[in-house]
Amino acid sequence: METTIQVQGLTKRYGRSTALDGLDLSVAAGEVHGFLGPNGAGKTSTIRVLLGLLRPDGGQVSLLGGDPWRDGVALHRRLAYVPGDVSLWPNLTGGEVIDLLGRLRGGLDRRRRADLLERFALDPTKKCRSYSKGNRQKVALIAALAADVELLLLDEPTSGLDPLMEAVFRDRVADAARQGRTVLLSSHILAEVEALCDRVTIVRDGRTVESGTLAELRHLTRTTIVADLPAAADVGAEPGAEPAGPAGPSPAIADLADLAGVHGLSVDGTRLRCEVEPAALPEVLRRLAEAGVRGLVSQPPTLEELFLRHYHGTGARR
Amino acid sequence: MNPLAGTGHLIRLILRRDRLVMPLWIIWLSVMPANFAAAFPALYPTAAERSAFAQTSNANAALVALYGPVHTADLGGLVAWRISIVTVIVALISLLTVVRHTRTEEEAGRRELLGAAPIGRYAGPAAALVVVFAANLLLAAAVAAGLAGQGLPVAGSAALGAQFAAAGWLFAAVGAVAAQLATTAAAARGIAAVGLGAAVAGRVVGDLSAHTGGPLGWLSAVSPLGWVMRLRPYADDAWWVLGPLAAATAALVAVAAGLHGRRDLGAGLLAAGTGPATGGPRLAGPVALAWRLHRGPLAGWTAGFALTGALLGAVAGGVGDMLTDNPTLRDLFARLGGAAGLVDLFLAAMLGLFAVGAAGYAIAAVGRLRVEETSGRVEPVLAAPVSRSRWAASHLLFALVGPVVLMAGAGSTMGVAYGLSGGDVGPTTARVLVGAFATLPAVWLLAAVALALVGLVPRLAMAGWAVLAAAVGLDLFGALLQLPQPLRDLSPFTHLPSLPGGQVSAVPLVVLALLAAGSAAAGMIGLRRRDLPVG
Repeated sequence: METTIQVQGLTKRYGRSTALDGLDLSVAAGEVHGFLGPNGAGKTSTIRVLLGLLRPDGGQVSLLGGDPWRDGVALHRRLAYVPGDVSLWPNLTGGEVIDLLGRLRGGLDRRRRADLLERFALDPTKKCRSYSKGNRQKVALIAALAADVELLLLDEPTSGLDPLMEAVFRDRVADAARQGRTVLLSSHILAEVEALCDRVTIVRDGRTVESGTLAELRHLTRTTIVADLPAAADVGAEPGAEPAGPAGPSPAIADLADLAGVHGLSVDGTRLRCEVEPAALPEVLRRLAEAGVRGLVSQPPTLEELFLRHYHGTGARR
Repeated sequence: MNPLAGTGHLIRLILRRDRLVMPLWIIWLSVMPANFAAAFPALYPTAAERSAFAQTSNANAALVALYGPVHTADLGGLVAWRISIVTVIVALISLLTVVRHTRTEEEAGRRELLGAAPIGRYAGPAAALVVVFAANLLLAAAVAAGLAGQGLPVAGSAALGAQFAAAGWLFAAVGAVAAQLATTAAAARGIAAVGLGAAVAGRVVGDLSAHTGGPLGWLSAVSPLGWVMRLRPYADDAWWVLGPLAAATAALVAVAAGLHGRRDLGAGLLAAGTGPATGGPRLAGPVALAWRLHRGPLAGWTAGFALTGALLGAVAGGVGDMLTDNPTLRDLFARLGGAAGLVDLFLAAMLGLFAVGAAGYAIAAVGRLRVEETSGRVEPVLAAPVSRSRWAASHLLFALVGPVVLMAGAGSTMGVAYGLSGGDVGPTTARVLVGAFATLPAVWLLAAVALALVGLVPRLAMAGWAVLAAAVGLDLFGALLQLPQPLRDLSPFTHLPSLPGGQVSAVPLVVLALLAAGSAAAGMIGLRRRDLPVG
C-alpha cells in the first residue's frame, strides 16, 4: 500500500530538552490513523514537523512523497490542518476566515462549505473575537473539511466541542475517509479513536511505543476471566488467596497458575479470577470446562486499559 | 465582597512579571537628567554663555517645538528644558504598562483565571494603577535626588521629578480608561496613544504659536502636557499646577472605575458587531490578509500625521519672524539663510520628528509578524500553500510602504498649510515632500533591523524598539553629552540631509538603503531557516 506519511527516527530538540527522540510513524494512503500519547509526548511537535514548521534535527520525514521542510508549499496544496488550540484574527468574521483559508489553498467547495456550516451550526457573521473555544475550533474544522485535499492533519480537533458536534465531526471524518482521504488524527478521546481509526500509533516521551491496528493492539493485551466453579479450588494460587476447601481441587485446574500466559490468578471461595494472554486462552478454557465450570464472564481488553498501560511511566526518563 | 480584595496579590504578580523592565526604565530615566546636569556646565561654563544659548534656543522654532521654551537660563532651567521630552516618555511608558496589566490580561483570558479566585471586581485595574503610580513616585524621588546631588536647587529638582510623575499619573489614568473602552489591548494602546499624541501636538503647536505671536497659544493651556510643563521647574516651581493635574487624574480613574464596574469581563464600550458571512472576493492571499490587519492602524497613523503636519505647517510661517531685537541673533540667523532659511530648518527638523514616528510605525508593522507567530495564527496560514517568504513579505510590504504613505501625509499637509501662508502652494509642497521622502532610507533601515531581529533572534524581536530609542537618543542628546562622533554616527537619522533647504548627497542615502536591504535579506533568510513558531 502507498504510504502518505513516513517518519523514521525523527528527533527534535528545543535547547536542552528533547521533544522527539527517534519517533516512527507510518500512515498508509486512505487510512484514518490515530495518533495517541500523553500530554507532552511529542504529538504536536511531530505534526509541526510534518507541516514543515519545525526543522527536524534528525531522522527521515516524507509526506505525500515529498520533504515537508523543503517542498512545504507545494505539499500544502494537498493537505489541510486543524490545530488543537485555534487562534483566529479577532477582527475578521468566521465566514471570512473560512474563505480566506480556503482561497490560500486554491479555493474551496461552496456547497460543502454551506453544508458544513449548517451541520456544525456555526454563525459565520460573528467576529472571531466573540467566538468561544468550541466555535473557533468549528471554524478551523469547516475550513479544513471543505477543502478538496488528500490529507487531513487533525491535532486534537474536537477539544471544546460539545457531544452533538463531536458526533457531527465523527460523521464528517468518516465521510472524508469514504472519499479516500487520508487522516492523521491526534486525540485523547478513545471512543473517537475507536470509532474512526483503522490503525493507531502510541507515542510517549518522543518515541513510538506501539503501532498497529486496534485488533492487533488488543491482541497484545489480556482477557479478564471470572469463572464460577462447582467446588472451592486449590489452584496453586499466589500467596494471599483463600486456602483450599474440603471438597478438594479438580486436577484440571490444580496448576493453572503455572500455565504460561496466565496472570494474577486469585480464588475467592468457588470464584476464580485471572487475566489470560490470547495464546493461553484455549488451554485455560479447556481446563475450566473440564473442571465443570458453572458460570463464566470474559471481559475483552478495553482500549482504556491499553492506553493507560502505555501512558503510564512517563516520568521514567525525566 | 470587598471590591478591592486581592489587590495586594495582584500587585505582587505585576512586580514579579515586571521585575526587570520596571527597574530598568526607572533607572534609565532618572540617570539621564543627572547626566545632563553634568554635561551643560562643560558646554556652557559661564552664565553669559548659558544666557546666550537660552536666547538662541528660544529663537529656534524647531527647538521650541521639541522642548518648549527655556524659562530660565540658569543650569537647572536648561536641564529642565532639555529633559522635558522625558515627560512624554514617562507618560507613554505609564499608559502602556497600565494597558499591559489590564486589557492585555483580559484579552489573553488570564484575568478570567484570576477572576474565579476571591479577587475583587476592581482589584485588577487598581493593582495596575497602584504599581504605575508608585513607580512614578520612585522615579520622581530618584530624579530629584540625582539633580540635588549635582548641586541644583532642591525645590526645582523636586519640581522636575514631580513634572515627570504628574505626567505618568495622568496618562496611567488615561491608559486605564482606554483599557475599558476597547476590547483588545492593541486598540486600548491606540486610544491612549492618540490621547498622548494629541496632548503633545497641542503643546508643540501652542508653544510655537505663543512664541511667534500666533493665535493658537491657548492650545498649550488646553493640552494636559502643557499643564504639566507649566510647573516650570527652577523658574517658577509652580506647585499649584499639581492640584488640577491630581484632580484630572482622579476624575479619569473614577471614569475608568465607573466603566469597569458596569461592563462584563472581556467586553468593552466599543463592542464588536457582526460582519459578512463570506469573505469578499478580494480577501484572498496573504497580502489581502495583511491589508485587513494593517489597514486600521495605518489609517489612524496617517490621519495623525496629516493633522499634525497641517498644524505645524500653519505655524511655520511665523517662525521666520521670531527674532526681532537681538542683533547678535539676527546676525546668526541671517547667516542661516534669513527668515526663509529659518523656516526651512524648522520644516526639516519637524520632518525628522515625523521620520521617527514613521520608524515607530514600521517597527510595529514588522512586529506584527511576531504577534501572528506567538498567537498561533501563523500556523493555519503556513499550513496552506503559502511560503514563509511570501507571508513575511506581506507584512514587510506595510512596514516599507506604510512610512511612504505617512511621510506623504505629513509632508503634503505641512507643505500645503505653510504654502497657503506664502501663496506658493505647489512649489512649497513639492519641496517639503522631497524632504519628507528623503528621510525614508533611515526609516526603512530601522524596519529592516527589526525584521532581522524577528528572523534571527525571535525572542529579542522587541529589541527593535530599543534600537529606535537608541537612535533617537543619540540624535537628540549625543551632542549635548559630547559622545564621540563614530558612536553618534550609528544613528541612521544622523546621515539624513536637512531638507528642504540643505545640501543633498546621494551617498549616505544609498548606503542606508543598501544596509536596509542587507538587514531585510538577513531577516528573511533567518525566517526561512528557523523553527516557526518559536514561543
